[in-house]
Amino acid sequence: MGTVLSYFCHLCGHGNKEEKERCLRANDRTFNLSFRYANNAIKTSKYNIFTFLPLNLFEQFKRLANAYFLFLLILQLIPQISSLSWITTGFALIVVLSITAVKDAIDDINRHKCDRQVNNRKVDVLMDGQLKNEKWMNVQVGDIVKLGNNEFVTADLLLLSSSEPFNLVYVDTAELDGETNLKVKQALTVTGELGDNIEALAAFNGEVRCEPPNNRLDKFKGTLTVNGERYALDNDKVLLRGCTLRNTEWCFGLVIFGGPDTKLMQNSGKSMFKRTSIDHLMNILVLCIFGFLASMCSILTIGNAIWETNEGSVFTMFLPREPGIDAPLASFLIFWSYVIVLNTVIPSSLYVSVELIRLGNSFFINWDRKMYYLKKDTPAQARTTTLNEELGQIKYIFSDKTGTLTQNIMTFNKCSINGKAYGDLYDFSGQRVEITERTERVDFSWNNLADPKFNFHDHSLVEMVRGGNPETQEFFRLLSLCHTVMPEEKKEGELSYQAQSPDEGALVNAARNFGFVFRSRTPETITVVEMGKQVIYELLAILDFNNMRKRMSVIVRSPEGKLTLYCKGADTVIFERLHPSCNKLMEVTTDHLNEYAGDGLRTLVLAYKDLNENYMIDWKQRHHEASVAMEGREEKLDELYEEIEKDMMLLGATAVEDKLQDGVPQTIEQLTKADIKIWVLTGDKQETAENIGYSCNMLREEMKDVFVVSANTAEGVKEELQNARRKMCPEAAEEPSVIKSRVGLFWLKKTETVQDEKVDGDYGLIINGHSLAFALEKNLRLELLRTACMCQTVICCRVTPLQKAQVVQLVKKYKQAVTLAIGDGANDVSMIKAAHIGVGISGQEGMQAVLSSDFSFAQFRYLQRLLLVHGRWSYIRMYKFLGYFFYKNFTFTLVQFWYAFFCGFSAKTVYDEWFITFYNMVYTALPVLGMCLFDQDVNDRWSLQHPELYAPGQKNQYFNKKAFVRYLIHGCYCSLIIFFIPWASMNDAVRNDGKDIVSHPSFAFLLQTCLLAVVHTQLCVDTYYWTAVNHFFVLLSTIGYFAISVTMYSNGMFYVFPSSFPLIGAARNTLNQPIVWLTIFLTFLLCILPVVAFRFIFIQLRPTINDKVRYKMRTEELPAPAPRLPLRRRSTRSGYAFSHSQGYGDLVTSRKFLIKRSTKRAPLFTQTDSSIFQNQPQHYRTIAEEPEEPQSP
Amino acid sequence: MMASSYNAKEEDGHHSGASSGTGVSKNKKPDNTAFKQQRLPAWQPILTAGSVLPAFFVIGLIFIPIGIGLYVTSNNIKEFEIDYTGVSSDSPCYNCAKNFTWNTTEPCVCTVNFTLHQPFESNVFMYYGLSNFYQNHRRYVKSRDDRQLNGDLSALTDPSKECEPYRKSGDVSIAPCGAIANSLFNDTLVLYYVDSNNSISEIPLVKKGIAWWTDKHVKFRNPAGNSNLTLAFKDTAKPVNWAKPVYELDPSDPENNGFINEDFIVWMRTAALPTFRKLYRIIQKKSGATPTLPNGNYMLNITYNYPVLSFDGRKRMILSTISWMGGKNPFLGIAYITVGSICFFLGVVLLIIHHKYDNRNTSADIPS
Repeated sequence: MGTVLSYFCHLCGHGNKEEKERCLRANDRTFNLSFRYANNAIKTSKYNIFTFLPLNLFEQFKRLANAYFLFLLILQLIPQISSLSWITTGFALIVVLSITAVKDAIDDINRHKCDRQVNNRKVDVLMDGQLKNEKWMNVQVGDIVKLGNNEFVTADLLLLSSSEPFNLVYVDTAELDGETNLKVKQALTVTGELGDNIEALAAFNGEVRCEPPNNRLDKFKGTLTVNGERYALDNDKVLLRGCTLRNTEWCFGLVIFGGPDTKLMQNSGKSMFKRTSIDHLMNILVLCIFGFLASMCSILTIGNAIWETNEGSVFTMFLPREPGIDAPLASFLIFWSYVIVLNTVIPSSLYVSVELIRLGNSFFINWDRKMYYLKKDTPAQARTTTLNEELGQIKYIFSDKTGTLTQNIMTFNKCSINGKAYGDLYDFSGQRVEITERTERVDFSWNNLADPKFNFHDHSLVEMVRGGNPETQEFFRLLSLCHTVMPEEKKEGELSYQAQSPDEGALVNAARNFGFVFRSRTPETITVVEMGKQVIYELLAILDFNNMRKRMSVIVRSPEGKLTLYCKGADTVIFERLHPSCNKLMEVTTDHLNEYAGDGLRTLVLAYKDLNENYMIDWKQRHHEASVAMEGREEKLDELYEEIEKDMMLLGATAVEDKLQDGVPQTIEQLTKADIKIWVLTGDKQETAENIGYSCNMLREEMKDVFVVSANTAEGVKEELQNARRKMCPEAAEEPSVIKSRVGLFWLKKTETVQDEKVDGDYGLIINGHSLAFALEKNLRLELLRTACMCQTVICCRVTPLQKAQVVQLVKKYKQAVTLAIGDGANDVSMIKAAHIGVGISGQEGMQAVLSSDFSFAQFRYLQRLLLVHGRWSYIRMYKFLGYFFYKNFTFTLVQFWYAFFCGFSAKTVYDEWFITFYNMVYTALPVLGMCLFDQDVNDRWSLQHPELYAPGQKNQYFNKKAFVRYLIHGCYCSLIIFFIPWASMNDAVRNDGKDIVSHPSFAFLLQTCLLAVVHTQLCVDTYYWTAVNHFFVLLSTIGYFAISVTMYSNGMFYVFPSSFPLIGAARNTLNQPIVWLTIFLTFLLCILPVVAFRFIFIQLRPTINDKVRYKMRTEELPAPAPRLPLRRRSTRSGYAFSHSQGYGDLVTSRKFLIKRSTKRAPLFTQTDSSIFQNQPQHYRTIAEEPEEPQSP
Repeated sequence: MMASSYNAKEEDGHHSGASSGTGVSKNKKPDNTAFKQQRLPAWQPILTAGSVLPAFFVIGLIFIPIGIGLYVTSNNIKEFEIDYTGVSSDSPCYNCAKNFTWNTTEPCVCTVNFTLHQPFESNVFMYYGLSNFYQNHRRYVKSRDDRQLNGDLSALTDPSKECEPYRKSGDVSIAPCGAIANSLFNDTLVLYYVDSNNSISEIPLVKKGIAWWTDKHVKFRNPAGNSNLTLAFKDTAKPVNWAKPVYELDPSDPENNGFINEDFIVWMRTAALPTFRKLYRIIQKKSGATPTLPNGNYMLNITYNYPVLSFDGRKRMILSTISWMGGKNPFLGIAYITVGSICFFLGVVLLIIHHKYDNRNTSADIPS
């Protein structure tokens, strides 16, 4: 009850006034309570025991289908109209409602449990001068709480003090945004001084004014007033609920936002509701069926009017009119009676069954071992259970690059030192040797600090280093000094590094192996073990990396007192700042860089500069002034950096491989074969993106042309796009052919579709971010779309997250095609949300993409299985289900329509009422579910073997309006047979003991049996994959039908409920007649044989791809694994920039990292087996599926 | 075998032995069951010439003999039908039909003469047939009270509302109530044989055993508790159209009186179609070789009580013998022969198609 009250209070509070600013005072509950801030209890559940039924029912009846059936139910309760007892609709409605209600209830109970568990967590709260262990839900805004190591943060807290030096705390935000790396927060000095002094904390009366609750995780603005002094608060001083405290013994925090106001809870809003195209189509079809229903009812109403005037009026002798109802009114009522009788064309179980099938298919995705990634222990996950069949219709894939196509793992592969290239192996004839797993590795055993997982194959480099070559040594010294990596040495000699960007980690690790081991650092020093000898450098400055500078430098003083600036950065930037004497070396290095870039490697150029002591003192002074300047600090620092980073001496270049994920080229090839177009949208530079395009087989040497659009003006972009288009398709019209049409419910939605144009030959298109901005303008977007869609491959580089979404929306809008976006980072969220289907890679960049995605898995290559296997199956199952379901109900209902002509249009049902009640829910429910959960036209291996099987889904060939009409006609035909064959054979028939048989119950029973025989056999013909479950379901339904019928028509049931089961004996007296069985058999064959004949003829004359593969599957053994693709390479010039943003530089220099830590505490960076060090050579595993069963030789 | 299964595991990611024993216990790896991996063993039939073509031929070959059998059987059944509605003025019942009024004290009797050209062997069944009579109209069908007919005492005096407007007569409830009972067929048919020397003999008609066993013994029961039917129905009124109350339907036989009167039961089993026939009497087979109904002249004596002309209905009297498949039914035989022939023909067509096109398509390469 309390929760309800607080909930309503919360509602009231919100209703009364919008919070503009939050004001609170530490340790002053009475003051804080006056604002009626929400306390820390959370409530994610929707109902409680009393509100569940009314609220849930209300929610359910908001759905159109349920409301419609409620309307029918009400109609049935009107005696003049009721042609069927209310049970027929009521039963179905109750089943549907209760299934949904049970599901909702279970969800809500789980939420309740979760809430209770979270609300009952204990935390130390400072109250009345001492710490009290309190439940979370009793924590109020303004309380001071104490957190211990590895404890969850209770609420959004202002950090007051901590056990660590400089009032730092480390938090893990995995639960909040999924990122597993630790983040540092620091308290204000004024509060940090309080320490863990309880008295001081209890006396603390700081007043916080801050922004009202919002959902921005990365922003916080406020002020703290302590003793009249105002201090600014920002995001760095706030601990958010959902984080976990790590490596910090304790900390104190002041509660700012509690419970529902916390950023975590504010962020847990419902995301956009996506619906599949089949959903839309289904809505339209249901509407069509409504129209169909209305016209049928109208025809029958007219029929009734004619009958009433001609026959009914004279038949009154035996059947008098009901009082007060004349012929016109009777006809009007008949309309509604027939609405009730014929409403079974749209059965209420349709929506429930669709949801069930989708749910089942989602489970199959979750359960698939072949989409499970062992290294990260991540199974694939269908986060949205309602979009499965759309996976079988994907036409466009929009992919991120980093972390999606690539592993975001860097390996140090090659380098160029002083004009000599290392890293490649050559055979005697001077040919480059392909490096494979078996190639002999360089032995690093002489270096006891080496990383055992590091691989390198070129022995000459080691010889150079060990031989004491000064340039080579200087090269690795630079790598070991110039970075912001954090070392961790848990045991003597077991080093691990935590780097902000994987490139940097790879480089430092390489230096470590070549004998320049970065061992530890303090704010002032860097300890390096150089060839076994410990050297301590004095760190004078870190000139940190940012995206504008594209380089970073350190200034160090060696033990000998030599001052050196070491710099590494993008070639274009560094080359501008070299000393003229390096020109020659620069040329050689440039050649090497070209070569590396051609191999798709990321390159960095290294340079150094010796500094003058006096100059350095002066510079250091100016640097200090600049760094404390209040205004224009950034600019001043930039100037200073610019000044010192010039006339540098070139050392060489490094080449780091951005490893592709396993199986990416194969996956892309498979998807291309399935006629899916893949667009890469990346924030990377054009060259990098292009190289990845080549290495993952999207751009190929044999492509006729690869167009690059990089103009800086709208006109330029237009011209470049047009040129490309004219080249690809000279005969195409200048204006795009746009087909305008109206679709959707009531044809309200206007659509414009740009037609695909035929192009022979493959082309590629690369478009730059700034050009894309112009191309996405209103007047150019069609031009862009046309040109892009002619190309096999489209790569957009340097795009912003917003542009990613815009591109997706452009295609979505003008192509009417199903799109899929796949990505792993926060920058992909917008595109994941914009696309029909969003797929998140649960990878290195945290969980934000996964959290907003519909499907998630760990590796890009699983996409082919998700689409080609699961997507295709889901689509096929869904179309089969809908087709069969519509067919089944048309057949069922239309028989009633024909019967109307023989019963005076009186809305008499031809079937028994119980049969109508059970038909959809009992007799036919299980077999169709069985078929639609398990059916596979071809198994997964063949699906992957023949990606072209995917194409029919994209074109929506199986289920569209035409197919719907086909089902309608088929149902119509079957209903004609099912009605008129028994009619003809039963007309004037008698039993073999002379008694009459054409009584209504017998006739009804005969028709019902025919109907079930036909629809079950039709199901059998449609089922391609007969598992034991299918057999069981079909058998169960058939036996169940007879068992239920015999029971319902039994003496016992009649004795107990004479008015509910009046058709006693119908089954017994009908089934013992040979003529009945002969009729059933005839009817059933007449319905099924034409279907079989037609299908057979189609398979013979115009076999679909499915038919062919199924035939092949039957005649051949398992498919051979796909041939291994040779890795194609191409040389392109590449300029490389660091992949990360702002570095750790600040933290390093400002001493904000751990100086000395006691060994018993957990290490700062626990990730010891960081993926950076998995340095195996890259080989592409053929992922044509690992054989599960042993293939007998 | 061992080695290869080990490999499969290896590929799946289980490094047995290499990893520490603890890691295996709780990971999120999905279970390797055939169900979850969608590898359930399954039968995957496809439509091939090998299965489709023989099926068509076999069906054809089975259907044609069955059809011929049915046709012959149906042809051997003797059936005689006579319409005695009296529409045309030369019909003997014209006057009765014309002058019909309810509540006439004097029943109108008419006689129809007919000739059987073939003798009817075995048991002969006598039906009355009605046409254009909507016994399957929704309001008509539900106008009855099964509880009352089953002898429920409360329903006897307070019938269901469905019976309206034949629920109560004044304050007294009607038994049996409803439109069906009210419109009980009440013509009396008597059959006479006119032998060669013009002497007339009445043919004995058996009136029991014409209703379904379940109806007679389960569904219909007289009100319990009183062996005297007159007393049992004392608080009820007779249906409006009836001349006699329900307990006088067959005063001669208490087992055939009241609700369990078989004529009544047969009528209460509503027909599914507006044209129907109902069993009226059975003419038992005579002992010896003499046919039940020898060929010759007959006289049908009709007590004309039942009006159908007003709604353009027709009344028929049908005499029929039966076989294992029931009465005369030419449709099924013809249908079976037709379907069988079509199947056979289709089989040939499909065979030709298969021969001409199969090699060109199904085994052709799949474009990749």
